[in-house]
Amino acid sequence: MKPLPEPESIRRSGSFGLPDLAVILGVLALLGMVAHVGAGSMVSFRPPDVSPTVSLDPRNLPDYAARSTLRMFIALAASLLFTLIYGWVAAHNRRAERVLVPLLDILQSVPVLGFLSITVTGFIALFPGSLLGLEAASIFAIFTSQVWNMTFSFYQSLRTVPKELGEATTLYRLSRWQRFTRLELPSAAIPLLWNAMMSFGGGWFFVAASEAISVLNHDYTLPGIGSYVAAAIAAQDLRALGWAMATMAVVILLVDQIFWRPLVAWSDRFRLELSASGDAPESWLYDLLTTAHIPRLVAEASTPVLEGVDRLMSALLGTVQDHEEEPAPPGQERLFNLALLVLIGALLAALIHFVLTQVGLAEVATVFRLGLLTLARVSLLLVLATLIWTPIGVAIGFHPRLARLLQPLVQFLASFPANFIFPFATLFFIHSHIPIGWGSILLMALGAQWYILFNAIAGAQTIPSDLREMADDVGLKGLQRWRKLIIPGIFSSWVTGGVTASGGAWNASIVSEVVSWGTTTLAASGLGAYIAEATGRGDWPRIALGIGMMSLFVVGFNRFFWRRLYDLAERRYHL
Amino acid sequence: MDLITVDHVSKRFPLPDGKGEFTVLGDVTLSVHRGEVLALLGRSGSGKSTLLRIMSGLIRPSQGEVRSNGIPMRGANPNLAMVFQSFALLPWLTVQENVELGLAARHVPLAERQERALKAIDIVGLDGFENAYPKELSGGMKQRVGFARAFVLNPEVLFMDEPFSALDVLTAENLRGEIDDLWNAGTFPSKSILIVTHNIEEAVYLADRVVILGSKPGRIRGELQVSLPRPHDRNHPRFKALVDYIYSVMTNPDIAVTGEVEGPESGVGPEPSPQRNSGSPFARPLPHVRVGGISGLLELVAEKRDGDGSIPQLAQRLQLEVDDLLPLLDAAVLLGFAEVADGDVRLTAIGRDFASTTILRSKDLFRQQALGRVPVLSSIVHTLQEKENRAMRSDFFLGIWDDYFPLQEAERQLATAVDWGRYAELFEFDAIEGRLYLPS
Repeated sequence: MKPLPEPESIRRSGSFGLPDLAVILGVLALLGMVAHVGAGSMVSFRPPDVSPTVSLDPRNLPDYAARSTLRMFIALAASLLFTLIYGWVAAHNRRAERVLVPLLDILQSVPVLGFLSITVTGFIALFPGSLLGLEAASIFAIFTSQVWNMTFSFYQSLRTVPKELGEATTLYRLSRWQRFTRLELPSAAIPLLWNAMMSFGGGWFFVAASEAISVLNHDYTLPGIGSYVAAAIAAQDLRALGWAMATMAVVILLVDQIFWRPLVAWSDRFRLELSASGDAPESWLYDLLTTAHIPRLVAEASTPVLEGVDRLMSALLGTVQDHEEEPAPPGQERLFNLALLVLIGALLAALIHFVLTQVGLAEVATVFRLGLLTLARVSLLLVLATLIWTPIGVAIGFHPRLARLLQPLVQFLASFPANFIFPFATLFFIHSHIPIGWGSILLMALGAQWYILFNAIAGAQTIPSDLREMADDVGLKGLQRWRKLIIPGIFSSWVTGGVTASGGAWNASIVSEVVSWGTTTLAASGLGAYIAEATGRGDWPRIALGIGMMSLFVVGFNRFFWRRLYDLAERRYHL
Repeated sequence: MDLITVDHVSKRFPLPDGKGEFTVLGDVTLSVHRGEVLALLGRSGSGKSTLLRIMSGLIRPSQGEVRSNGIPMRGANPNLAMVFQSFALLPWLTVQENVELGLAARHVPLAERQERALKAIDIVGLDGFENAYPKELSGGMKQRVGFARAFVLNPEVLFMDEPFSALDVLTAENLRGEIDDLWNAGTFPSKSILIVTHNIEEAVYLADRVVILGSKPGRIRGELQVSLPRPHDRNHPRFKALVDYIYSVMTNPDIAVTGEVEGPESGVGPEPSPQRNSGSPFARPLPHVRVGGISGLLELVAEKRDGDGSIPQLAQRLQLEVDDLLPLLDAAVLLGFAEVADGDVRLTAIGRDFASTTILRSKDLFRQQALGRVPVLSSIVHTLQEKENRAMRSDFFLGIWDDYFPLQEAERQLATAVDWGRYAELFEFDAIEGRLYLPS
């Protein structure tokens, strides 16, 4: 994307000033840090003899945090690249779309943490003798936690590009590349950015979970803030845990201020409404960058380069001549459908054969029962979180000033990795003798509840104030007010929050149903614990069975419960 | 040689579930001559937008071919530029970058691109706004950018798809006048103009030749030459005669368009024959209007002492475009409340009664007329009476409409039938369960 200079900043001319100095120093500092941290992954690693260790000295924390952050950004970049290609292909090729979109739906439901065992072994084999294998496995875990949401959002945006804009680009003969850079990417930018931001926040949870894991009876440690927490738990060091939490909070705030805020402020130009909107998002860093001269000089200098890229990519990708696609001949279409069915059937048969021959039908039934247990936990969590947080969220949402103040805080809490708080909760369970079967509900809720709160606030804000005044006017009070006004008003938002929270809770069950403090380990019975234990032992058939069962539960839960509520919300409670 | 030739073109879309096809355009033949302004005039459903998009190469015809300078066309026609109803500006590009869009696509070097864009921006009177973003501009200024983006390419033919209909009346009038001035001055950046519109006055004001399209399926009913000195004087008797003539043609789908326009006072009114009793009652589309709209219109007509009104005057008084007014008239005629002849609307005795009576009585009148004259409503009532529980899923009826219309149109038919049926208290509708049932 070509950064477009603001009209005012063009008029402001003059020599280099303080803003430019700040920009230069900032860029240099960032480059230095990336180089330093990146070198760390080349450390020699020969399991099981030579393995990196994590020191609990808090002075090492900045370094560890930087390494974890770098992983997050590499995963983000990979997610973005994947999103652009996958989404574009799915939106432009009707045949690919029929495979790619359902596949995305399934991938979205697969518990990411269950994957770790497979990927860690694979990546270590890929990069023998260096930490890169573990790095790649960790990055891959973060990638899989972020990418599906982003891809879906991008695909949706491409499908909903306003029709006349699409016709204009066809008629004015823009090449595929020009259409992508001038129409499709800009019109998808805002939803994609918000999705990336939310997914990035969720990604911290997976950094923490993927840096220190035991797979196939090996404990793998990748230096980072997550493995620091793991080491602190093993050493029962509460002070180190406190330091880790403080560092995490600082990192989240820094990334927000230095990375996301400026992007959000910049992306405001990609709003599709053709009329000026009320308040634009603000960022001090973005203001600094637009005041400084260097970014503009860089943009001007790169214009010929961008022109060249435009020409090259246009030539490579060609031009769409026609707006519509030629439908394939029916015979060919049938063949394609048949091939697809055969492929799906073969995959299913292979999976069923593998599970049945390796573990047997009785085990499948047991795992199903465990799945029901976890389902009960997730459902209870949703009910409790709704009962507690909805009234609070609505109260906040009805007071605009309070909402403006608290919304960033809730966003922060949602992206703070809940597994950093797990040890405190575990300690609490041990001391007050709360069985982990119940306690794990609280653990899952630590991460998931914020989505309910966040959406309750957002939902309450969308209720028009004249409806609220009307409710006061006709004297709706208490339960009546909730039944007639508030619940219908926030229903859509609640569904959105509920889907996100339930997805998060399923994933969290893998780390919530088995927790430890020092040498004490608490294990609940449930599908999450089953997967975690199978992963620890390296028991492939049971890992496959566990992941498959959990995916089935998530897909089923989405199809039979959330999808229906979603339709209901669309039909009846759309404000 | 003609710039664009449309040769026996038709367009059909497949109906869902392999139920055959829906014909949007049937056998259209048409040419755009060099140096003329041609208007395509039609009501919604006449396929005028589809025809425009086929002519521009955005949509492929099911049959027939489109030739540009005698050469059969494949894909978007490089010799034309289009001005869109919704402006179709990219909100993240400045005015200048939007105007340069087509040049960038042709890889014109940067310097030349900027120079040509500035000239085009100058022509449409937007100099000083080169660096503004579309959201900073008013509707009229946005459409000026749309014109500049088209002008900068010096196209052979300029296509306009209802270019003024998203603007308010005064702004539209102003911009229309400027475009006309530019054309009359002989410095217009294109050789011909093709404008699609549903505004009769606009067509007669701008065009040298007006082609009138008929509906269901879209086809050419005929054309007329405006034959007035440019700029066309709205007060010229021929201008008024043309507008009146087109109104009367467009309110009467069954008369032939001969293009022989006489004085406003002459002309023999054709027999109105709204009832075409062919096929299933579901095959005949209901005009998409609400009952409130019909009674509002009838009240307005009834207010006038003699109980009839000239349709052009009515349209002007209501500030309604043909697309909004004509369906109302269709409905009034269908229900036997009014008669339309010769560009005038006249209330029937029942219509006069309906317009002036109480709500309860008007509901009775509406029910009586609906049952007698709208076969699809009586058919629905009949079906419900047959059933033991006197109820039926709306999907059932939707399925029948679906045999004759694309899904979207079938849904609109259902919605209109439900509105009329509810008003007449013929049946009730539960939107949540999707059920029609008889009132208990």
